[in-house]
Amino acid sequence: MREANAERRRAEAEAETRRAEAEAESIERTATGINGFDQMAMGGLPAGRPTLVTGTTGSGKTVFAVEFLARGIEKYDQPGVFVTFEEAPAEIRRNFASLGFPIEQWEAEGKWAFVDAADSEGEERFVIGAYDFGAMTARIEHAARRIGATRVAMDSLGAVFARFADTGIIRREIHRLTSALTALDVTSVITAERNGEYDGVSRYDVEEFVVDNVIILRNVLVQERRRRTVEIVKFRGAVHRTGEWLFTIDPSDGFVVIPLAFLGSAPVPSSTTRVCSGTPGLDEMCGGGFYQDAVVLLSGPSGVGKTLSSLKFLEAGAAAGDRCLAFAFDETRAQVLRGSAGWGIDLKDMEERGLLRLVCDYPEVASLEDYFIRIRRAVVEFEPQRLVIDTLSALERIGTPRALLDLVIALGAVVRQRRITTLLTSVPISRVAAVQTPSVARELSSLTDVTIAMRYYQTAGAVQRAIAVLQNRASAHDAAMRNVTIDAEGMHIGDPVVLLDSPDTVGMGRPGSGFTGDDL
Amino acid sequence: MTGYAFRLYVAGESERSSAAEANLRALAGALLPGGYELDVVDVMAQPELAEEQRILATPTVVRLVPLPQLRVIGDLSDPPRVANALGLPGELQEARKEKEAGGA
Repeated sequence: MREANAERRRAEAEAETRRAEAEAESIERTATGINGFDQMAMGGLPAGRPTLVTGTTGSGKTVFAVEFLARGIEKYDQPGVFVTFEEAPAEIRRNFASLGFPIEQWEAEGKWAFVDAADSEGEERFVIGAYDFGAMTARIEHAARRIGATRVAMDSLGAVFARFADTGIIRREIHRLTSALTALDVTSVITAERNGEYDGVSRYDVEEFVVDNVIILRNVLVQERRRRTVEIVKFRGAVHRTGEWLFTIDPSDGFVVIPLAFLGSAPVPSSTTRVCSGTPGLDEMCGGGFYQDAVVLLSGPSGVGKTLSSLKFLEAGAAAGDRCLAFAFDETRAQVLRGSAGWGIDLKDMEERGLLRLVCDYPEVASLEDYFIRIRRAVVEFEPQRLVIDTLSALERIGTPRALLDLVIALGAVVRQRRITTLLTSVPISRVAAVQTPSVARELSSLTDVTIAMRYYQTAGAVQRAIAVLQNRASAHDAAMRNVTIDAEGMHIGDPVVLLDSPDTVGMGRPGSGFTGDDL
Repeated sequence: MTGYAFRLYVAGESERSSAAEANLRALAGALLPGGYELDVVDVMAQPELAEEQRILATPTVVRLVPLPQLRVIGDLSDPPRVANALGLPGELQEARKEKEAGGA
């Protein structure tokens, strides 16, 4: 009995040691260079190993495979071999020129090599007796040696399956191929087809058993919107982020995982500079204006003064010589210009002086992820000191609450990095997704530095406006809920609201709920 | 001028490689009394030749001459089908016998 115990303890101790050794020998990574993917993969793909990337038609497999090589060349000067089973090399060269990948030039420089395994038309082919893919393996090895490749991408195995119907051979040959790739010491990406988005890993259910590392790309419709996600299913015991991450395929940035692509950059020290909000009383309520790197969320029902506040914010920016970038959703350019002229604010003049870029759009023209990329690109190109999005709620219509949160997280990272004072407006309760919105709004407010609420309330038969600063990170602020009046000059913030009874708020969706975090 | 030239792509000196070569030689010897050219390429040693013809599977035999080029993949273990696929003239004795047997 004692012996058995001792034996068990010894076995446990040994297992412990092995685990520790395994952890110590942490898996080496090859950074892909794909926007946001390496953050998700905690460094990159397991080095010197094959990774299977599966997805349905149009899920972005080819883009992933091509970018894996292209970013390797661009960012790390690592040559790569592209094995194509489907598209001809000429098509790939042409299709990816728009992403700025000079594949032909890389071929000439010995950085990129194609192994063309695409089916050529009209070629007679008979299969009589046993065979293997020895020639394909030999060609890949040859190409890899010739250019000194450290990366190989194969797109896609589905095409091989279609051509050679014997899955027994395929399974054995994939194994042989991955062994050959491992022996070459290259990090490789092998793409394969899937039948459905949540239905097995790969079409023939054999590929994933042969490969240690599996990534799934999905392309699903959620609320009639296309939504792309990437998930690392297994990673040879290496740490990675779990779950599905949103990504987009941008016409110029390619594969972009959101929000990871924009996080993790070096933190910028917080700014102590204050900037003017454009509404004098509001500056005072916030302890002397917004911090320069603040992200401000202003929520309020329709017509309460959100757009006026954002126009004043832009005007104050231009007056200080700041460059301002403004996204106005749901209004045409003519409407915005007319509305601002009504307040005596000449946006056209600001544009002519190069102090404003105004983008008016209906969000329905793109997906949320694409919108984020659009906003980010405008930020990078225009280099504004101030950014306005009026309103974020318009974007709610085109994405899930989770996606909207991801967008705000990513946007926060982009603007904080550049110290852009950012004003986001939102409607407290969405007309569309009334149930989910309050909690999203609450989470949103935790991502922003300053949270301001504007509301209607009712006294003695009159509807009035009120404003309150609910949160002002790292700064004192006025806790009062103050009366707001709007006249031809703009918005004026007055005395604290004094009510005999609890405020009967209007336009809140839930009467009598007052100023709480729940209905920002 | 023989009129027939083949190139056989094999991967290393495996049983499958030698079976394919033996099957091809036996068949061509029987059906092409005027002679033929056969060039055996080991893709492990000369991968650039496999690249040139975009060969994936081994063994693969390519009929280079006469045109059009024809390809057959596998160890060529079924002579009548190989003869047919490579467009070789005449009929194999066994095939003829089978036919006669079938007709009787």
